Amino acid sequence: MSAKNNRCTAIWRYLWGCLPVFAAYAGYAQEKDSLTEYRQLEEVVLWQQRKLPEHTAPVPVQVLTGEALKKLNSLSVADAVRYFSGVQLKDYGGVGGLKTINVRSMGTEHTGVFYDGIRLGNAQNGQVDLGKYALDNMEEIALYNGQRPDAGQSAKAYASASTIYLQSRKPEFAAGETYHLHAGIKTGSFGLANPYLNLDYKISDYLSARLSTAYTYAHGRYKYRFTNGVYDTTATRENADINAWRVEGALYGTTGFNSKWFLKYYHYDSERGLPGAVVANRFYRAQRLWDRNSFLQGEFRQQVSERYSVVFRGKYSKDYSRYLDPEMVTTSGFLDNRYHQESLYFSLSNTYRFTGFWKLGLAVDYENNTLDANLYRFAYPERNNYLVALTTNIDLPRLNIQAGLLSTTVKDRVRYYKGAEDRQEFTPTLMAGWQPFGNPDFRLRAFYKRIFRMPTFNDLYYTFIGNTFLKPEYTRQLNAGFSYRYHPGTYLLELQGDVYRIWIRDKIVAVPGTNLFRWTMLNLGKVETTGIEAKAKLSGETGWGLVYGAQLSFTWQEALDVTPGSSAYGDQIPYIPVHSGSAGISAAYRKWQLNYSFIYTGERYSQKANIPSNYLQPWYTHDMAARHEMNVFGNKMEVAVEINNLLNQYYDVIRNFPMPGRSYRIVLNYTL
Amino acid sequence: MKNIVHFRYLFFCGVILVAGCRNDDTFDPEEKGEERTYTDGFYLLNEGNMGANKASLDFYDYGSGTYTRNVFSKANPGLVGGLGDVGNDIAVYGSKLYVVVNVSNKVEVLDVHTGKRLGKIDVQNCRYITFYGGKAYLSAYLGEVAIDPDAPNGMVAEIDTTSLEITRTVEVGRQPEELAGYNGKLYVANSGGYSPPDYENTLSVIDIVSFKEEKRIALGINLHRVKVDSYGDLYVSSRGDYYDIPSSLYVVAADTVKKVFDLGVSNMTLHDGILYAYSTEFNYHTNENVVSYSMIDTRTEKIINEMFIKDETQENIEVPYGIAINPENGEILLTDAKDYVSPGTLYCFNPDGTLKWTQVTGDIPAHIAFVK
Repeated sequence: MSAKNNRCTAIWRYLWGCLPVFAAYAGYAQEKDSLTEYRQLEEVVLWQQRKLPEHTAPVPVQVLTGEALKKLNSLSVADAVRYFSGVQLKDYGGVGGLKTINVRSMGTEHTGVFYDGIRLGNAQNGQVDLGKYALDNMEEIALYNGQRPDAGQSAKAYASASTIYLQSRKPEFAAGETYHLHAGIKTGSFGLANPYLNLDYKISDYLSARLSTAYTYAHGRYKYRFTNGVYDTTATRENADINAWRVEGALYGTTGFNSKWFLKYYHYDSERGLPGAVVANRFYRAQRLWDRNSFLQGEFRQQVSERYSVVFRGKYSKDYSRYLDPEMVTTSGFLDNRYHQESLYFSLSNTYRFTGFWKLGLAVDYENNTLDANLYRFAYPERNNYLVALTTNIDLPRLNIQAGLLSTTVKDRVRYYKGAEDRQEFTPTLMAGWQPFGNPDFRLRAFYKRIFRMPTFNDLYYTFIGNTFLKPEYTRQLNAGFSYRYHPGTYLLELQGDVYRIWIRDKIVAVPGTNLFRWTMLNLGKVETTGIEAKAKLSGETGWGLVYGAQLSFTWQEALDVTPGSSAYGDQIPYIPVHSGSAGISAAYRKWQLNYSFIYTGERYSQKANIPSNYLQPWYTHDMAARHEMNVFGNKMEVAVEINNLLNQYYDVIRNFPMPGRSYRIVLNYTL
Repeated sequence: MKNIVHFRYLFFCGVILVAGCRNDDTFDPEEKGEERTYTDGFYLLNEGNMGANKASLDFYDYGSGTYTRNVFSKANPGLVGGLGDVGNDIAVYGSKLYVVVNVSNKVEVLDVHTGKRLGKIDVQNCRYITFYGGKAYLSAYLGEVAIDPDAPNGMVAEIDTTSLEITRTVEVGRQPEELAGYNGKLYVANSGGYSPPDYENTLSVIDIVSFKEEKRIALGINLHRVKVDSYGDLYVSSRGDYYDIPSSLYVVAADTVKKVFDLGVSNMTLHDGILYAYSTEFNYHTNENVVSYSMIDTRTEKIINEMFIKDETQENIEVPYGIAINPENGEILLTDAKDYVSPGTLYCFNPDGTLKWTQVTGDIPAHIAFVK
């Protein structure tokens, strides 16, 4: 009796420990090698420290960790975030197609994407292409509606309506280990060749290093169906090739005096074809895009005293992109636009604990952005951004409250023409988590947040289109939800639900100027969104050793255009489905593992008017994977076969940008 | 016992998996095939926003007063991709209707009464079409079939209206727009819009017999529209540079500039000796679109101090985008493209400038051609 209980307790504890969204994607439970055991221990410790944010945080949190990520048939972060509820991935299709995230239909620019604690910026258009971030070096992806409640964050962490944290893998060594080598290759449909190599090296007890590099090539061709229900043809997506190379090198250190630091260099270099919209009589485009992103970033954490801690962060980044359009012949040859961005960022956050339950935080950030482009009448803008965030946390045994006030000061300067006026904004946040009964397995949560997004450099200064009179686009969010866990012994059931309402005003939209090539940005739109998100997760182990898991998530949202005088007043805004959801099942037995996942996106409209000619069909994809672990020369080797879009459904996420049908991928991993 | 509970959950998942529906019948019913004849009315070409592949053709029937959407799709339901991306010009010549579809790189040639395709002419980046002496003349941004970085010039193609083959081509200036035939010559407005601020400022003159560019007449920069009045004068609009150089309207006679109006013209049409024009210009000081309407007496070449829309309808029109006047009854047709991504509106005004009726159109209603 007691022995059995112990075992069960250990299992569900372990299952919690790995923080799975697809709970019980826990195939490696059977592994008894020292590394895995060490990791398990780590994660249990981690769990105890973090108290499972999905359950206890005052905001909705969705987390995918290393092992769960592996099971999602995902090539990039973009593929993985599709499984989060309340999220729409704007996907232009293919390996190289732009993939950006839209959380709770607020728009891409309202989601802050953080990489190892520092925001990935794009001052030019405010969008981060999640397709560029590969999963082979990712430890965790977490989505926070509102903001992450942790202490010691930068002021930038409070400056978006929702935030995604990408945490890259860090070196971890068991006693006696000095290095890890992890190499693999992914190949399959679209001519994909994606070899990668990760190397961890322990330099001393206080210092370790990690090198991670990957190369991605794909010809990108795939068949798609072009139909309106009357005509029906199959064509091949052309000019969709990609060639990308990524290298990351990082040093991680600790000191003998309660501090921790890391320093990382990141470089990404790519060339790709832009296959363009599929339109009548035209199945090939010639446009090309080159991207080069590099940054150096670091963090230093110091526990100064028992009550006071400080975190210093810094980053310098350089981004280059080139757009070539051979179909536009100018007096100086093909249209060839080049953009250079530079950014410098510093952040200092202080946390002071007055008593056991009361903490105060003060974070000060400075960021400088510049954009150069070889465009006619370009303004050459520079932005200085000063952020100050004052936060307070009260953590009582059954109630935690967090309040914050963010001050944002933005000063733009331009070399030519006219710059936008300086801005000073104050925005509040209030969040609370409450355990209403004696049972800690049921919790309630609520938050209110007001925040804005600044007009981007493109919004303000793009030749012919930019409008320097633009005001920031404001969002107000109100959310209430619950979290419940049930764990009688051999399994764990988790239920979560949230309702929310979001108001957007001064939405920045493009409106026509004199002709189709002359648009202007204006603060015009108003949107009101009401939504419900629900999630259920089940995980456990049968008496004969089958570890299983299932998850189900569902989103309902009504995002209505309430712009006064709009012809589409009361219509659902473009590309937001009323219904969407995902489901997954996994089973692991000994060294074998099977995963199945499903994504559903309901009907949508591609333009403002909800009329038949703008209607987009629902789509749903079934993905499956089988995985096997084996010992080769005494080391772990893993083979996986993935089938995506099993039923070969042809669909568009963005109108006229067809998605691939059924595709295959083989993954081979070797760990030394 | 507990296992049964688990399998219930799994079953629940399974139910959800099959619950999603995709209905192949939910396509736009407007795109289903339908046999019809179209007489005594006009075709309206909706451009559709670039990349949307939503160019569409509508027909208004004067006899019954009915307005039919998506005539092209109804008459040609099986043509892959439909009419295509960005309808740029439309014209009736003889028994044929010519529809120039810019981004789809084609001219659709249809039977004017059934709307059925008679042929398709592939021309890259084609823009505007006109007719002279039994032939069609088409302007196109791309002068060479093979894309060459050192060949920025556009061209005019001569098309045989029976065989629908291109018979001759001639190189003109960069990004040629509208063109007009008069007195054995073609006049082509060169814009140079791909290389701001290095716009073109000339009107190419092509001798039709030799099909050679004879000369270029220097006018304002970034030329767009060309119309010939009943006296043989050419009205040519210059769009300026959208910032410092304002738009203007040139009157050209005997290949020389006769008069210049300081008048913005986005589009214009001639009827009964009067030129009707409107302009939409963005003002960078007030950050507003300024819409204005004007009339010119082509006999005296003086601006008529009068609005051709006489009622308050004018205030409802956000972005006037197309204009035509019925040559028989003098009714004025004006389209409103609104925000370019919503269905537009077609306004019909009585000759006295009062509103007669309105119709909801496709996206970006723009070009009109009358049919007997």
